Amino acid sequence: MAAPLTLLLIVAVTIRAVLFRSSLAELIPERVEVVSPLNAWKRVVEGLALLDLGVSPYAGDVFHETPLIIYFFHFVIDYAEIVFMVMTRLVGCVFLLQFRKQKYALEAERYPLDCLELIRTPKEMYYIPLKVAMFYLLNPFTILSCVAKSTCGLNNAVIALFILCTVKGSSLMSAIFLALATYQSIYPLTLFAPALLYLLQRLYIPVNWQRSSFWLFTTQYTFMYLGSLCVMVCLSFFLLSSWDFLSSVYGFILSVPDLTPNIGLFWYFFAEMFEHFRLFFICVFQINVFFYTIPLSIKLKEHPIFLIFMQIAIISIFKSYPTVGDIALYMAFLPAWNHLYRFLRNIFLVSVVLLACSALFPVLWHLWIYAGSANSNFYYAITLLFNVAQILLVSDYFYAYLRREHHLTHGLYLKRKDGSEATLVLK
Amino acid sequence: MVKEADHVPDTMQTPDVPPPTPAKDQFQEELVIRPLHSGDIYASFQFRTMWDTDFLRGSKVSHYRLFPKSLGQVISKFSVRELHISFTQGYWRTMQWGQPFLPSPPGAELWVWFQDTVTDVDGAWKELTNVLSGIFCASLNFIDSTNTVQPSASFKPLGLGNVTDQRFLRYAVLPREIVCTENLTPWKKLLPCGSKAGLAVLMKSEKLFHSSFHSQALHFRPVCQDWKCKSTVWELRQTLNVVFDLHTSGQGKREWSLFKMFSRTLTEACPLASSSKVYVDVTDNPQGELFELSPTTPLLSQAVVLGDRRTYSVYDLTNQATFGQTRSLNMLLRWRAAESAPPHHDARYVAGYGLQTGEIHTLMYNNHPYRAFPVLLLDTVPWYLRLYIHTLTVTSKGRDNKPSYIHYQPSKDRLRPHLLEMLVQLPPNSVTEVTMQFERALLKWTEYTPDPNHGFYVGSSVISALVPSVVAMDTNSTRECPLFSSFFPCKEESSYFMRVYTEPLLVNLPTPDFSMPYNVICLTCTVVAVGYGSLYNLLTRTFQVEEPSPGLAKRLANIIRRLRGVPLL
Repeated sequence: MAAPLTLLLIVAVTIRAVLFRSSLAELIPERVEVVSPLNAWKRVVEGLALLDLGVSPYAGDVFHETPLIIYFFHFVIDYAEIVFMVMTRLVGCVFLLQFRKQKYALEAERYPLDCLELIRTPKEMYYIPLKVAMFYLLNPFTILSCVAKSTCGLNNAVIALFILCTVKGSSLMSAIFLALATYQSIYPLTLFAPALLYLLQRLYIPVNWQRSSFWLFTTQYTFMYLGSLCVMVCLSFFLLSSWDFLSSVYGFILSVPDLTPNIGLFWYFFAEMFEHFRLFFICVFQINVFFYTIPLSIKLKEHPIFLIFMQIAIISIFKSYPTVGDIALYMAFLPAWNHLYRFLRNIFLVSVVLLACSALFPVLWHLWIYAGSANSNFYYAITLLFNVAQILLVSDYFYAYLRREHHLTHGLYLKRKDGSEATLVLK
Repeated sequence: MVKEADHVPDTMQTPDVPPPTPAKDQFQEELVIRPLHSGDIYASFQFRTMWDTDFLRGSKVSHYRLFPKSLGQVISKFSVRELHISFTQGYWRTMQWGQPFLPSPPGAELWVWFQDTVTDVDGAWKELTNVLSGIFCASLNFIDSTNTVQPSASFKPLGLGNVTDQRFLRYAVLPREIVCTENLTPWKKLLPCGSKAGLAVLMKSEKLFHSSFHSQALHFRPVCQDWKCKSTVWELRQTLNVVFDLHTSGQGKREWSLFKMFSRTLTEACPLASSSKVYVDVTDNPQGELFELSPTTPLLSQAVVLGDRRTYSVYDLTNQATFGQTRSLNMLLRWRAAESAPPHHDARYVAGYGLQTGEIHTLMYNNHPYRAFPVLLLDTVPWYLRLYIHTLTVTSKGRDNKPSYIHYQPSKDRLRPHLLEMLVQLPPNSVTEVTMQFERALLKWTEYTPDPNHGFYVGSSVISALVPSVVAMDTNSTRECPLFSSFFPCKEESSYFMRVYTEPLLVNLPTPDFSMPYNVICLTCTVVAVGYGSLYNLLTRTFQVEEPSPGLAKRLANIIRRLRGVPLL
């Protein structure tokens, strides 16, 4: 495993280094698909410049990063490119490590004999970590995000470390990293439930409301999480001795005042919103990100890793300022569900639509902003299509996962009452 | 006179038929340039084609050399004796410009003397106007009895002949007629060399129509062939008068050249022309003290025109030496002016392209030869142009010039604008450039002005400077002095306080489609609903084996069986 991994790392580093030195390094950080007002590098530099001028970075409306980012980049500003490359390396390696451990032995005895072909052999699973790392490191979205020096890479690294710690079973580290991820952008809060479910499963504590061990562990984990979150928020206060950052960072993420176009659904919706209904729809859209947690946790309580994947995907699609870096994070998980390939229904359509939309984004942006021959509706249309494709991708994988589970319990080749081959439908 | 060899082969020549007389058509072209007192410049082209033919005796003319065939056929068909047509855009301002060489009224003017052999003058007039309308691509077909008159005294024939019966004269004017490139092109086609060689190459419509006054005319009349006046020839004069405005075409600078006026230079004379000359009026400039004319020419001629004796420098285009080394003639008139630049002035503009980003450039000029002075620059930029202070650069003479004091207050969306104040020291005799990048925001649809594509205005920058003064000033403010010199308090003797406001900027922002609010809400909510629907389906339903539904016959049978109480199929 070491040799292919090293080769992969070398290839990834080379691609990024080449792009950093080329003329594209000036074009990519300007692309709205790759950076957003929350994580653009230009804004980080602006915030640090404001700090040098003696003005608080949060006095204006340009800087929306958390104070810890200021701390961090104050020291490593000159090595920014290296920092970002290291981050992506980190994520790649982390993914690698965590997927080594997949529960395989647990499943084998329970299932009917004809399902053996559904179960993955150790041989197949040997290469999955490498594939996951490859999917992340060589994904064009990740490369673009890294070359643009978007802090999305840092957020992805924190989430990846959180997943690693959860998989390893270390609840304290998991809580700390989850708190850090939530502190950076609010949405990873929804990952609390899958992390809790996984740790409970690992410790063989059944999810039962009457059991005291369940409540004990839950309160333990909650306290660790909330405690680290409070520590981080207080540290941020002491950096600039003011609570300004709360409205600049979290208020900004939740109330969406900046309508810069991006690949998400919020910008045009709120650009064309009737003032009267603005608050209502802000609340609806933000709740939309969070409210799938409970139903998904109930349905997937046996499968927390898949739940993590679903949650990350939902965050990436429905968050207020998505970028392609967020998409790259959940796409990296896809090789882990290789075995679901036979149950996927729309994969061809979805992949073609995603490719076409990725190609059309810069074209229609150019036509709107530079050529002046198209208008904002063109870019908006591609945004809609891209998000529909992502939703179809996620729901397709969910369908395939549930169907495999059904087959594992009921057998692969099902027959109807009269003995002919059966079709499965959702009823 | 131009002679041309006959193309008759020797074998066909018979001794009985006398050789045809050589054609006596002649073509002359001339351009007169006259600088006007107001700073504008007047250029007048005249092209004269002399046509030696005799169609009065009834013999049909079929051989055309220099004379345009389309016009010749019209003249012979309608038995026209004199034809004067002009198309003018603009009004000749006699008070500012003096007298024109060939006056014309705004719009189209047509007056024609018919031969006395014409029986139905009105019918011929009507047909003539329609044919001319086709030739010149103008709407002369609007000339009819409602705007035609027969003047008795004002329009006597300008050519030879003693026909004075006004029954053969018709005069009409169309004041509403507009002149444009479609009228110039057929007019140019009537010239022997077209617009390919000679003075006609200067007549390019993009510059000609960007002028205060433009008039093209055509005059046809019989004249004496020479001073002896033994025979008549027909003269066709095509004239084009144009006045270029100092501010529109001259960019405010009093300096004229052929290239600046016409965006072309002269490279050769028309080969069919017997004379091709350019005259520049230098009467007001005898010793060259008012303006300087280059290239210099030794030829000087005097002429009495409009009751005044004027002196002209002449450029003879038939002489190859006129074009010099470069084979092109571009005469330049440069006025000598003692212009002194003020010690301090500023300019500001927006650079960049597209609707995403841009750059504001502010230029501050210090024209003092040896003193440097400090300026305080204040910029108020609206919040929707997001300034990036880390891209601020201040350069003087190519080197970085760090401001000694910067006060920057960043903007808050929809609350307050950017405020930037800087103290910069301007080195002597230099230009200081301040640049800053900005990003354009997309606003909510209700925040745009009713005309969003007009752009958004950015107020002027204010530059407050302590400019060194030429004389020592009085700091005693109690002394009696006129109001205009006592507005700003004077603290020092050697410099005075001055405030300069730069240009406001007009910046375009990207706009959403204003007709779409309902559609956008529906479409976006549809996408969210697609997500909700798929996940709801997968969360609330389970997989079941599907039993096929029975056919219609079986279903009916089942209904009957249920009624009977018998087991179903």
